[in-house]
Amino acid sequence: MIRVVLPAHLRNLAKTGEEVQLEIAGPVTQRSVLDALEARYPMLRGTIRDHLTQQRRPFLRFFACEEDWSHEEPDALLPEAVAKGEEPLLIVGAIAGG
Amino acid sequence: MSGVRVLVGTRKGAFILTSDGKREKWNIEGPHFAGWEIYHLKGSPVDPNRIYASQTSGWFGQLVQRSNDGGKTWEVPSGEEAPPTFPARASNKFVYDESKETGKPLTTHQWYDGTQHPWEFKRVWHFEPSLHDADTVYAGVEDAALFRSTDGAKSWHELPGLRGHGTGPDWQPGAGGMCLHTIILDPAKPERIYIAISAAGAFRTDDGGKTWKPINKGLYSKYIPDPTAEVGHCVHHVAMNPRRPDVLFMQKHWDVMRSDNAGDQWTKISGNLPTDFGFVIDVHAHEPETVYVVPIKSDSEHFPLDGKLRVYRSKSGGNEWEELKKGLPERDCYVNVLRDAMAVDQLDECGVYFGTTGGQVYVSPDGGDTWNAIVHDLPGVLSVEVQTLS
Repeated sequence: MIRVVLPAHLRNLAKTGEEVQLEIAGPVTQRSVLDALEARYPMLRGTIRDHLTQQRRPFLRFFACEEDWSHEEPDALLPEAVAKGEEPLLIVGAIAGG
Repeated sequence: MSGVRVLVGTRKGAFILTSDGKREKWNIEGPHFAGWEIYHLKGSPVDPNRIYASQTSGWFGQLVQRSNDGGKTWEVPSGEEAPPTFPARASNKFVYDESKETGKPLTTHQWYDGTQHPWEFKRVWHFEPSLHDADTVYAGVEDAALFRSTDGAKSWHELPGLRGHGTGPDWQPGAGGMCLHTIILDPAKPERIYIAISAAGAFRTDDGGKTWKPINKGLYSKYIPDPTAEVGHCVHHVAMNPRRPDVLFMQKHWDVMRSDNAGDQWTKISGNLPTDFGFVIDVHAHEPETVYVVPIKSDSEHFPLDGKLRVYRSKSGGNEWEELKKGLPERDCYVNVLRDAMAVDQLDECGVYFGTTGGQVYVSPDGGDTWNAIVHDLPGVLSVEVQTLS
């Protein structure tokens, strides 16, 4: 079971809690996690990565196990602790405001 | 008794204001989509309970919301169900058509520095539901292009003849981005559509969107190298009274204009306006020669002259304007009124509405003679539309 923590706006959009849990068959990567997340919550399509390029949206980051995974390849394996469900993958919005 | 439903898009959510035909007492609902920019909401003329909303965010991109119950509940229209791979269609997927079959090999427009820049989708500025089918809706987007959905916003297809008709490489963004902000469907000629783009100008199709032509003759813009160029004009908004669809009124960056021949030729009608800079313009529902604007001081000072918020009305189709001030701030008012933030209802005594960047929404239930603030303290208002309910 993979755990994913969503930012507040996406929780509201998906009508879910802070953390969602996903079943993933095969390698646990950014791509496979986001594929599963969007399959469960279709309204999130396009909000985390671009429809066409599948690139991460610029003001979002992926953190896991106290490390920034944002710039890793989408098919790179995420940490074992994420794959085992011990740690969540954090989807974090950039801080902004006035 | 009939009533009205005012759809207000703001920097931090959508609000729905309802009243009976007197338009004195109001019910305020919202915020819907709290925290998100709602650029525009508009209801279907065929089914007023069908409302489309453009929900955008610098973080999360574009979303499309749809209501089937007059704004009580909302849904993101579903495209393909549970795709095993990345979806081919989605309600927030706006892809420029560059196919050989239907699109054009056009991939760039003019950038701020004069170089060519690829088209990049940013957001939906305006939804225009079809006059005949509740599931058909047009979307004007940034970077400027026109999209259409025929399945209730589940999926979108560009009408590429506009972006590809030839002048596209000369279009350039204004300060607010290169946005297609105005879409007007001709009730008399179903194949005729008008659109306007900042900063390119106004365009018209007479064949349902296959082919387009610029309709900017008569416009004069001293801020572009050739002030009378075919394209490059910063048109802020265009309005039409459906009873006379060949007559158009335009608020340009500077200048208020009119056309009596479907945009083929424009004439300046600024007349005695204290300043002819502004963003909004609209036409009385029952008097096709009665026009409303909100003069703004200048392109560098986006607020009313002397801190006095004023609507100006012409009952002669332009040139002769009267100041409307009863009920509007007399001093210390430094708000703006953005291009899609004025609307008129269809009640016997036509109501006029506008919203400000200061979060006020004003109504005049008597065609502009008197004004009242429905609300004072919403987030900055991006758009105002009104539905007349029976």
